[in-house]
Amino acid sequence: MKKVLEVRNLSKIHGRGCAHCLDSTGPDMDSNICRHCGSVVAAHGVSFDLHAGEILGIIGESGSGKSTTVRTLFFDETPSAGEAIFFDGQRQWDLFALNAAEQRWLRNRRFGMVYQNAHLGLNFKVSAGGNIAERLLMSDFSHYGEIRRRARQLLARTEVLAERMDESPKQFSGGMQQRVQIAKALATQPPLLFLDEVTTGLDLSVQARILDLILEIQQELGTAMIVVTHDLGVIRLLAGRSIVMKYGRIIESGLTDQILEDPQHAYTQRLVASSL
Amino acid sequence: MNPGYELPLEEAGYSFGFLDEYAKREVRRAILKAISIPGYQTPYASREMPMGRGFGTGGLQLTLALVGPEDRLKVIDQGADDSVNAVNLRHFVEMTCPGMDTTEHTRAATLIQSRHRIPEVPLRENQILVLQVPYPDALVVVESSEARRKTMHGEGDYARLLTRLYEDIVRFDEITIAHRYPTRIAGHYVIDPSPIPRYDLPKLHRAAALTLLGAGREKKIYAVPPYTDAEPLAFDDVPFRIEDFRDAAGRRCACARCGASDSFLDELIGDDGAKSWQCSDSDYCNEQLAVRNPQEAVHI
Repeated sequence: MKKVLEVRNLSKIHGRGCAHCLDSTGPDMDSNICRHCGSVVAAHGVSFDLHAGEILGIIGESGSGKSTTVRTLFFDETPSAGEAIFFDGQRQWDLFALNAAEQRWLRNRRFGMVYQNAHLGLNFKVSAGGNIAERLLMSDFSHYGEIRRRARQLLARTEVLAERMDESPKQFSGGMQQRVQIAKALATQPPLLFLDEVTTGLDLSVQARILDLILEIQQELGTAMIVVTHDLGVIRLLAGRSIVMKYGRIIESGLTDQILEDPQHAYTQRLVASSL
Repeated sequence: MNPGYELPLEEAGYSFGFLDEYAKREVRRAILKAISIPGYQTPYASREMPMGRGFGTGGLQLTLALVGPEDRLKVIDQGADDSVNAVNLRHFVEMTCPGMDTTEHTRAATLIQSRHRIPEVPLRENQILVLQVPYPDALVVVESSEARRKTMHGEGDYARLLTRLYEDIVRFDEITIAHRYPTRIAGHYVIDPSPIPRYDLPKLHRAAALTLLGAGREKKIYAVPPYTDAEPLAFDDVPFRIEDFRDAAGRRCACARCGASDSFLDELIGDDGAKSWQCSDSDYCNEQLAVRNPQEAVHI
């Protein structure tokens, strides 16, 4: 199988850090705050691979470092240490060695991101179509009619009514905002998509339709995805492989079915038991 | 300003052009950098001038740093030489630059300071146009943080500006920016060309004269060097267009005073409520009048 992303020993520490930070945090210490210097170890030693067309799930409670991991890969945050290599056709990108312009280029054209909060992913001052246009304009589209056509197509694909494409996403329901975000993320047909708690806070039927949409897209376009969630149902439905995080460390990884049916780590066992 | 006013003796000791030589050197240094990097907003140490910020202090500092006793200066405000801002600035330069000439004729001037217009007559290589700028950064409408705007300019990231044009077309079927139209200089930096109407933008494109833009309050100087590309942002299939001054019947309106139908027009409302149009560039209007009606032109 073709590898899309290779992450090795990714780590993010908020604060100045000290020699004891790594020993005094983590699941065994039951904390991610270093008691010596007060730094927060948001993620440490995170390593995983992602293959083409695969959906990888990251599960964990709030503050476990799952969003941090994805945000450093999308260049929203800079990691403290670690390496990530993105395989794009013939090219290899060493993500954290790139300059700001190269990072922006990758973000705009090769990656897509859907945030839990639509405020982060969408510009509410422009229309839904304008949001998609913005992303297309970033990739050097300069034909108005073509941009319009692509935007309409994408919104139709994500089941947003074409009549509402010129309205501000402010007037949309939460589920529709997520659909617009997905359409925006897909605008440049990226080979890699990050989904950060996309269904959290939506009601169940809307959740189900968005999850269906994500699965359809994965099957249609073969997009590799990283799905961050604390909802085991979402993971079970979407992800083939999963990793479980706690206090910034990976405590368990493997096939999703295996993790859910036969959890090894005490925390995962509790997690699975509590949701069933 | 009182034309009979003379500077008190102790203030008459000001150097030529009001600014001290160090201040002029600072402005000239910024000008050279601005010309070297077309469209780049060069920061400079803007001085306090004896008038409020926003009354053309940026343009004035450029003019004072450039002007010499052999120069002939023309000052324009909204196309006219005789509006308050132009008259006051001209008097100030006359008072502080002894020996320098002023003129109202575009063709006779070596240095032209202008607000909101570029003269109708094409400028020559030996002329410099100085424009007064209230807001130098075209990106200010889409990004409030100056630090982020600087990065965006550096990376040529103007997608959000284009999104604004997209939104305009969606809502009004055309781009509705009437002045301060974002313009790309030499294929990279996008500038705010000061509040000149869209009509004047084609005059910037590969112009023979150097255009300098100065923002005193925002402390920025930028330039469109001679023979440099100045392309208004647009889409491939929705090209940039200028005001065409057609009435409801589709006829091009003409100036009520000189009859010219190839100039930028101001709309005037008469005492009876009737609309008429007149050239915004007063020098151009006088020139046309002189050609059409030599007797009448003597009285102007």
